[in-house]
Amino acid sequence: MSEPIYKTDALIAEDIDAYLEKHQHKTMLRFITCGSVDDGKSTLIGRLLYDSKMIFEDQLAALENDSKRVGTQGQEIDFALLVDGLAAEREQGITIDVAYRFFATESRKFIVADCPGHEQYTRNMVTGASTADLAVILIDARKGVLVQTKRHSFLCHQLGIKNLVLAVNKMDLIDYDQAKYDAIIENYREFAESIGIENFTAIPISGLAGDNITTQSENTDWYDGPTLMQHLEAVEVRSDANLAKPFRMSVQWVNRPNLDFRGFSGLISTGSVKPGDKVRSLPSGKTSTVKSIVTMDGDLEEAISGQSVTITLEDEIDCSRGDVLAAADSPPAVADQFESTIVWMDEEPLVVGRAYWMKLGTQMVSVTVAEPKFEINVNTMDHLAAKTLELNSIGVSEITTDRAIVFDPYSENRALGGFILIDKISNRTVGAGMLHFSLRRAQNVHWQAVDITRDDHAAMKNQKPRVLWFTGLSGSGKSTIANEVEKKLAIMNRHTFLLDGDNVRHGLNKDLGFTESDRIENIRRIGEVAKLMTDAGLIVLTAFISPFRADRRLVRDMMGEGEFIEIHVDTPLEVAEQRDVKGLYKKARTGELKNFTGIDSPYEEPEDPEIRVNTVAMSPEEAADYIIKQILPLK
Amino acid sequence: MTLTHLQRLEAESIHIMREVVSEAEKPVMLYSIGKDSAVMLHLAKKAFYPSPPPFPLLHVDTTWKFKDMYALREKSAEDAGMELLVYQNPEAEEMGINPFDHGPLHTDMWKTQGLKQALDKYGFDAAFGGARRDEEKSRAKERIFSFRTASHGWDPKSQRPELWNLYNARKKKGESIRIFPLSNWTELDIWQYIHLENIEIVPLYYSAKRPTFEYEGGLFMADDIERLEKVMGKRPEIIERSIRFRTLGCFPLTGAVESEAATLPEIIQEMLLTTTSERQGRVIDKDSGDASMEKKKQEGYF
Repeated sequence: MSEPIYKTDALIAEDIDAYLEKHQHKTMLRFITCGSVDDGKSTLIGRLLYDSKMIFEDQLAALENDSKRVGTQGQEIDFALLVDGLAAEREQGITIDVAYRFFATESRKFIVADCPGHEQYTRNMVTGASTADLAVILIDARKGVLVQTKRHSFLCHQLGIKNLVLAVNKMDLIDYDQAKYDAIIENYREFAESIGIENFTAIPISGLAGDNITTQSENTDWYDGPTLMQHLEAVEVRSDANLAKPFRMSVQWVNRPNLDFRGFSGLISTGSVKPGDKVRSLPSGKTSTVKSIVTMDGDLEEAISGQSVTITLEDEIDCSRGDVLAAADSPPAVADQFESTIVWMDEEPLVVGRAYWMKLGTQMVSVTVAEPKFEINVNTMDHLAAKTLELNSIGVSEITTDRAIVFDPYSENRALGGFILIDKISNRTVGAGMLHFSLRRAQNVHWQAVDITRDDHAAMKNQKPRVLWFTGLSGSGKSTIANEVEKKLAIMNRHTFLLDGDNVRHGLNKDLGFTESDRIENIRRIGEVAKLMTDAGLIVLTAFISPFRADRRLVRDMMGEGEFIEIHVDTPLEVAEQRDVKGLYKKARTGELKNFTGIDSPYEEPEDPEIRVNTVAMSPEEAADYIIKQILPLK
Repeated sequence: MTLTHLQRLEAESIHIMREVVSEAEKPVMLYSIGKDSAVMLHLAKKAFYPSPPPFPLLHVDTTWKFKDMYALREKSAEDAGMELLVYQNPEAEEMGINPFDHGPLHTDMWKTQGLKQALDKYGFDAAFGGARRDEEKSRAKERIFSFRTASHGWDPKSQRPELWNLYNARKKKGESIRIFPLSNWTELDIWQYIHLENIEIVPLYYSAKRPTFEYEGGLFMADDIERLEKVMGKRPEIIERSIRFRTLGCFPLTGAVESEAATLPEIIQEMLLTTTSERQGRVIDKDSGDASMEKKKQEGYF
């Protein structure tokens, strides 16, 4: 075993103050290691930790002990044991999650995202790659470029990692054969170019034997490039590249200790800022001048990308969490429709049309994802047709946010181009994505200013438009009660319209089936039609099962404040099933009818409906009277 | 101009704290009075300056901490202009739980149960902790935002992926998050930062002549000899030694090391030249084999 090169610095013992001074000026590099189960990834990381003296004697003793007990290297030290964490995976002998390791040399601190190479863990790799400046892609010299190698390279490239290191490992097992090494590199280069990777650095190594890790190996005298460690120490870190870009800071928090101080706190993602600089607040577009950059250590003359600061402005402009402060002459764009690459990370597949939360920078908005244009097979890079995205799949889709957001393309600024998707019910992080560009469509369709406004329409009808949204199980009595309500409103001289399954499914929505995304689209269209009718001044009644809270919420969000009235027609399942007016429950029970709400598909009750009617206690007529009473006055 | 590793770590921790304050309803900072807590508190002051950090400090007390720790606790909270909450598990108090008679139960009752009780009592939905990923193998995979069920359980499978610096803090009623803003700091980073920023830490980290006794092969400090005698049943043999502590916990559970390092540079020097890892002095990691920290975490220990 070779001696660790990063021995304790003699300065530590001789002059600790000088040592500390020297080590205060280290930079930091975050990188990711990707490899398949047997490529020796854990061994390599264990070796880096070992060689940079990050392993203490007691750990080493435990390691030697473990190596003999459960190691895979006979009597030799099994470095992989140093980095295997959770009990479950130690038992299985594979790593199943992203782990972060730390080591440091004279000039740099390193954070390593250790990512498993297992096929089903695209999710973990993407997570690790999202914060990395560099990727080490491990290849087993005996096997050459594998499907996994391609997948890892592709994902790193998608995540915008510019520095790729191809570490050809286990050189000792091919007798340090240069010809074999060269063939692997040539093979990889061909592939890399085909997916747009412009350059990479190849290094022949052995994690186990220590070749070209920290010292030039005599076994590879034909190789005159840097060792892995030399390369890691010399490569340019991303923050340097970010500094050259225009100033951007997402506002996290408004700091208001008293009436005289108003500061905007955030992390500068790109560029730099000085007092006196003109800045623009997005999306409002208002401009002002930087007054001061406040920190506990005193005001700064300049702040740069990567720093967390608090900025005060000369003018009182409207700016709060979610807004972006940017260089006034080079602001980011604002849009609400984008093309994006999405990686799906949840067991439950993407539901096209469903509203998810999207977090981008400090902005949190509601977003819907269109049917993917294509899914990418991460092994072959082929584009496949797809209706949805499953766990660990990656695809390109158009997305639409419910309000305009401030963004940069991901390739220019990860902080304003990378986003996560959050399920509104489970709160899980279900996907991640990268914005490529905004779609001009939304920007070019300007609202036509009309002279007769929706208020005029409503005034002519002498009523306040609204949507009475009846929801409940099949057979609960929605249509019957809605019909009663409409009759009573007609008698009261109100202008109404009842939308129900029949008049919608047979026309507007006849192209839709009963899959989950079709059901969402069905409800969305009904919502849009209802909205147009309220613009025309009508009182709209709708009678649909609409079993999902997220879908009802989607419609509620389309309407003006107080215009959406959710009416839960509350009938116990037993009662509805007993009524079984259309014989549907019977069919569902026998399995003839699939996905039937209440039987094999859930009904999510409204948590806080405006009106609830109990059809066991009330007749349809009583229920209708009760509803009318609740919505008075009608003007 | 390139930021140093400490500047980048500082900026990351501050960013994390501001996200929590913006997205959580009722955050709190768990404060254990150790060096990591000292750094975390210092970063909180920086994150919200000129405002004081907009959350209280919570010390889950075992009543067995060193006197010097209690003294610094009061002072630090006051200097930061923050409210200090101290919680002691009343059941543990009633049962007289102590580290000599009750072994692992001491940690479970005072710390694990005490923490859960305190969080429930005040209704905190987000709690900052000073744990680092480099401390222990099972922590290397811990998220920065770690989700706990309504019963404070930790399930490795339900943890959310963390991409870029986008943290998902959304949760259901009753669920809570533990947030570790020092996740990416190493022990050396902590010491360097304390040195650079001149952060006040408990004097016990510095070497001095102190009364010590040996117990089950470890070296301990007799911080409260009367109380020790009461629970141990006999007065241990006290020898004055030059000692200091590499980590601080309950005084009968935290092993001292013999040392002459009386200044920060000397401490760092000793740490760099030393060959045993930090947690070795703490008994907690050893009590049920290799995976014990992970097990404790599943039970709700920080």
